[in-house]
Amino acid sequence: MIDSSGQKNTRLVWILAFVGIAMFGFGYALVPLYNVLCDITGINGKTNAQAVKEVVYQVDKSREVKVEFLTTLNESTPLLFWTQATTMKVYPGQYYTVNFYAKNKTEKTLVVRAIDSVSPGLTKDYFKKTVCFCFSQQTFKPHELKTMPVRFVVSPDLPKQYKTITLSYTFFDNTELSVKK
Amino acid sequence: MSAVVAEHDHHDEHHDHGPAKGLVRWLITTNHKDIGTLYLLFALAMFFVGGLMALVIRAELFEPGMQFVNPTFFNSMTTMHALVMVFGAVMPAFVGLANWQIPLMIGAPDMALPRLNNMSFWMLVAGVLLLASTLFMEGGAPACGWTFYPPLVLRDCGHALPFAVFSVHMLGVSSIMGAINIIATILNMRAPKMTLMKMPLFVWTWLITAFLLIAIMPVFAGAVTMLLTDKFFATSFFDAAGGGDPVLYQHIFWFFGHPEVYVMILPTFGVASTIIPVFARKPLFGYSSMVYATASIAFLSFIVWAHHMFTVGMPIAGELYFMYATMLIAIPTGVKVFNWTATMWKGAMTFETPMLFSICFVVLFTMGGLTGLMMSVAPTDFQYHDTYFIVAHFHYTLVPASVFILMAAGYFWLPKWTGNMYDERLARFHFWMSAISVNILFFPQHFLGLAGMPRRIPDYAVQFADWNMVSSIGAFIFGFSQLIFLYIVIKTINGGTGEKVTDEVWEDASKHSLEWTLPSPVPYHTWATPPEEVPSEHF
Ligand code: HEM
Ligand SMILES: [Cu+2]
Repeated sequence: MIDSSGQKNTRLVWILAFVGIAMFGFGYALVPLYNVLCDITGINGKTNAQAVKEVVYQVDKSREVKVEFLTTLNESTPLLFWTQATTMKVYPGQYYTVNFYAKNKTEKTLVVRAIDSVSPGLTKDYFKKTVCFCFSQQTFKPHELKTMPVRFVVSPDLPKQYKTITLSYTFFDNTELSVKK
Repeated sequence: MSAVVAEHDHHDEHHDHGPAKGLVRWLITTNHKDIGTLYLLFALAMFFVGGLMALVIRAELFEPGMQFVNPTFFNSMTTMHALVMVFGAVMPAFVGLANWQIPLMIGAPDMALPRLNNMSFWMLVAGVLLLASTLFMEGGAPACGWTFYPPLVLRDCGHALPFAVFSVHMLGVSSIMGAINIIATILNMRAPKMTLMKMPLFVWTWLITAFLLIAIMPVFAGAVTMLLTDKFFATSFFDAAGGGDPVLYQHIFWFFGHPEVYVMILPTFGVASTIIPVFARKPLFGYSSMVYATASIAFLSFIVWAHHMFTVGMPIAGELYFMYATMLIAIPTGVKVFNWTATMWKGAMTFETPMLFSICFVVLFTMGGLTGLMMSVAPTDFQYHDTYFIVAHFHYTLVPASVFILMAAGYFWLPKWTGNMYDERLARFHFWMSAISVNILFFPQHFLGLAGMPRRIPDYAVQFADWNMVSSIGAFIFGFSQLIFLYIVIKTINGGTGEKVTDEVWEDASKHSLEWTLPSPVPYHTWATPPEEVPSEHF
């Protein structure tokens, strides 16, 4: 009797231990799962992280979309950061360039990274950037001032219900992280 | 094969002598009763340690302004209080009860894996000590909340973070080993006539809880490991600068965190379902619906996690889904409350201390469930979230529920375990002190929360002064009342009232569950041969 229950135990223990290990993996699997879900539902409003090719669209002059620009510094990022215009009226299909400026406030070289997002999130697929300082990390020499153009287009197939798109940039200080890497 | 035979011999040998002598007994023991005792005593000690931290919090909040501690230490106290109570007190206490009671209740000679059992316990001690060691470090214990949210935890948790993470790993491994052991015991070691649907509800709830633990503890371990690599190895799971997302952490954490609260409440339900029928002198009303309700609560607990995150900016469809799914939990929970009430209905009730605590549990837990339901309404939760209202909610579901039921279990089974009766008069005094002060302590926190007092702050606007003072007074009465419990437990172990208890201890208890058919005190080895008959549901 003891004999057979010993074998039953061993089997069960292995199965349960395996479930435990699989659940550890599941925790990690939630990371890509979350990213896919965000992509589908537009949570986070992440727009293209790499430059898209400039293609010519039929410009839709029948409506104007308001685009707002936000410049944010993550806590403890020692920059000044502003934009040429806080809002713009744009025609879907037409390309625009708007300048962003940032200045290093310190005596040190900074490595910073801008993360962008649009709101409402689901407009992310219609807001395309061909030039952007957010495609790569930026290095600022002490007190350096940079002018950073962003060239973008709102695609003409943007659903009609969206009248305003807010594009937000946040600069993160990656100086320490880049040293570690 | 030969190993199995050797194991068998070893067993026989054990029957001849009792426990090893001296302190070594406790270090090397593989006896389920010894390990149960260790878990329970450890939990009791941690209950007082965590309680002391709570009193530091309440002392600071007695009046507006900064009185006794600095803000960082205050935050360390809220963080450590939660971790110690959850992982050091409530969970180990229920594992202790499981160790003592499951083999007795199902007619098994011991747990299925006695040596693993010993290891689970000492791993727990090591994990909690590691966590406690951060209190004495430069920079202090973690001060970022028991939920370890990034980015705060990555920036401000200082030296404590890696220690807290490794401690979580150890606690996780300990719980998982304990859970595996419990499942193996329940599935493989029942007496021949103990079918699954004849198992006492305490055993059922633990079976389901054990599955929850195996499913969630690894996820928690994974989440804190990601924090660790984000902090020290330049990964960016949760770091926006590297393309990660701090909200992702909240999803992973609450995928663990919500079932975790049910890990603490399901065994509570099990003990309540065991005690109430004995003192109502009736079988449990709706046994099978209790089993199914427990299983459905466990299942639902996996799909409602984001009710902790209504304010992070979810799409409206998500808000609605998590809102309705959360409300759904109230149904099986309501079934349980109904069944406990129906068990008492027209029962020949008597009100010994275990029953007093259990009835108090039914009433006050329902209140906690009700505030839970209020917060499950997504738009209203925007007002309640991160205020004292939620603090009141979960303390109602944990203190007058889990903790009261643990004390009820102590009064209920201690006479069986020790063969000595506790002092009933003093125990009732303990009950009334606890039941009244727990409400003085937590009820005003509802008002504070609704008025907008945020949680986890050491100082507050003067408009909150009155109810905070009331709450703090309640806290001190509650805290000191627990010394009565400590006194009663120690006294009962050392002979109690001197009155020897019968094998049944409580009138007709043996109709309900197997352990009452054994002698009192329970011998060191029991059920060497499994019982022939098991109690039936109808009597
Ligand atoms: C009817 C059942 C319940 C419902 C509908 C419910 C609902 C909720 C909701 C919506 C929240 C989040 C509030 C917020 O952050 O704004 C919450 C928090 C919480 N609940 Fe419940 N709950 C229920 C039962 C329980 C039980 C049984 C326990 C524990 C034994 C529990 C423990 C907690 C804890 C610990 C938190 C706070 C976690 C934290 O943020 O630190 N709840 N509950
Ligand atoms: Cu929850």
